[in-house]
Amino acid sequence: MSVHAPILAIAVPLLGGFAAPLLARIHRKVRDLWVLLVVFFSGACVGYVAAHILSSGIWVYVLGARNPQETLAPGGFPIRIMLTVDAMSAFMGLIAGFLALVAFPFALKYIPEEEGKTLALTLSLLLLAGILGLAYTGDLFNFFVFLEVTSIAACGIIGFRTWISRAPEAAFKTMVLFSLSGLFFLLASAFLYGEYGALNLAYLSAQIKGTLVDKLALALFLAGLIMKVAAAPVHFWAPDAYGEAPAAKTLLLVVNTQVSLYGLWRVLFTLYGGALSAGVGWLVTSLGLLTMVVAAFMALVQVDLGRLVAYGAVSQIGYMMLGVGVGLVTLAGRPDYGFVAMKGGIFHMLNDALTVGLLFLCVGAVEWTKGTRDLRELGGLGHGLPGVALCFLLASLALAGIPPLNGFASKILIYEGSFRLSPILAAVAVLASILLLAVFARAFHGAFLGPRAEVKEGLPWVFLLSMGALAVGILVLGLVPGFFVEELVAPAAKALWHGRALYLAAVLGG
Amino acid sequence: MIGNLPFVVCMILVALGLWTLIAKRNLVKLVIGMSLVTSGVNLFLVSLGYVRGGIPPIYTYAPAAAPMVLPTPQALTLTSIVIGVATTALMLAFVVVIYRHKGTLDVRKIRDLRG
Repeated sequence: MSVHAPILAIAVPLLGGFAAPLLARIHRKVRDLWVLLVVFFSGACVGYVAAHILSSGIWVYVLGARNPQETLAPGGFPIRIMLTVDAMSAFMGLIAGFLALVAFPFALKYIPEEEGKTLALTLSLLLLAGILGLAYTGDLFNFFVFLEVTSIAACGIIGFRTWISRAPEAAFKTMVLFSLSGLFFLLASAFLYGEYGALNLAYLSAQIKGTLVDKLALALFLAGLIMKVAAAPVHFWAPDAYGEAPAAKTLLLVVNTQVSLYGLWRVLFTLYGGALSAGVGWLVTSLGLLTMVVAAFMALVQVDLGRLVAYGAVSQIGYMMLGVGVGLVTLAGRPDYGFVAMKGGIFHMLNDALTVGLLFLCVGAVEWTKGTRDLRELGGLGHGLPGVALCFLLASLALAGIPPLNGFASKILIYEGSFRLSPILAAVAVLASILLLAVFARAFHGAFLGPRAEVKEGLPWVFLLSMGALAVGILVLGLVPGFFVEELVAPAAKALWHGRALYLAAVLGG
Repeated sequence: MIGNLPFVVCMILVALGLWTLIAKRNLVKLVIGMSLVTSGVNLFLVSLGYVRGGIPPIYTYAPAAAPMVLPTPQALTLTSIVIGVATTALMLAFVVVIYRHKGTLDVRKIRDLRG
């Protein structure tokens, strides 16, 4: 059983998602129990995989064979479908698993039964399966298939509230961008297949020399994945999507963005690690800077709390791109500060998942109690909802990078690493953080301070439990970051920074 | 050079699709542009697997040393076609819902979500 953990983590939510509507016909409680069971099982598999990898290295799981060597045709050519899970994939899987465990119980209470709850849960489980598939796959074509699974499930979640006119509009916009990004990825894979006749990531990585076709494929990979991670200048779908999806489901959309970012790192570090010019690193770094500044300014003018938080989420993608981008620029010489920046960028993925997740849950709770998210109408909620107000404040401060919260722990690493490359990078990043602090101070003031407002009684305790879990995570990661950086983040960063040879050896043997 | 003609045609299809996505303002035309890109990529995949004078890739009855066409691109294309159909259906469904709300398909007139 446990030897099949990587594939079970993907297969169980995939099949469980389709089983949910059937079980809903028996009884709603059965369906709810089933969904929770599936999510817990998947989370347990993800945890087991991560523990296994951190203790004993890369895990290559081959479908239809006992070990990867059996798949090698004469000439060292892998022929079966395989999952290649290294420390970075496992880290990404852990983020997805944790957020799913928080988001699903919240969603069970949050989405009203008459608003298509069953189908929303099905789509969310499919999205979870796609996200874990993206994190674990070792093969370009499967990556494309999971990319499309996440696209379709995500757009379904964004647009399923068809009675609100804005939701289908956001979903259509997102769908165009997501499909285009998937097709660019497929075209790039086809270029590489045409040249080398394989789709296995490790095999292709060993073959890539940096010819013209390789460079064209790289440009297509970059274009496709940058659309999907919502970096500027193609970030415009994200605020619509995050804003219009039901708040509890936005958590999964955030993870979806992050796993696409993981895909970008996988392509750049593992696939092209042998033939990458520093120019690509500078491109990622400058797009990161552009993203954080543009998104912070856009957040400044929002009057809808959901869209404001969404722009905050987009700006955090910029920090991850800056951190890892510095690593890419310095990949040739591998100086220490490059690794520091990498650790910061990757640690920030976890921190961003927690802080942005908590902010969206707060937005969800506000919308649940007041029925609106318009900052011009809200105010004074702090009296009626002290827990929510406290969580919002905590997450805002963490997002703006105020010590001693988790956002600071990762941003300081990013500042430190990028300062050594160029002080301008760090300066822009600090300025964007200050701007975000102003934005969220205004949001907190607008929604929670002021004269006491009437609130709907009876906020479900599950809401507070989910929010509490994330808040505790923010505090723990902020107060003792050292342990997590050493035990989780450093192996993940190292898997990208130094681990290409190990990755190839694990699949190709020798 | 003439052997590359299929690839050139596929890229022209992809470029036409992208141009449609950028230049057109009608939602249904955007969906058409999307399927043009999909078709271009699918045709590209199929044409990659073609081998001149090749036989079907089934080992059982194959004559020795005959060149076989590549089977993988066909499997890939089949998957990609199915995904393309699902995507198109979902996008058209959104178009129908948007039309019911707004009574128009013009992108410039339906922008609720700005800034």
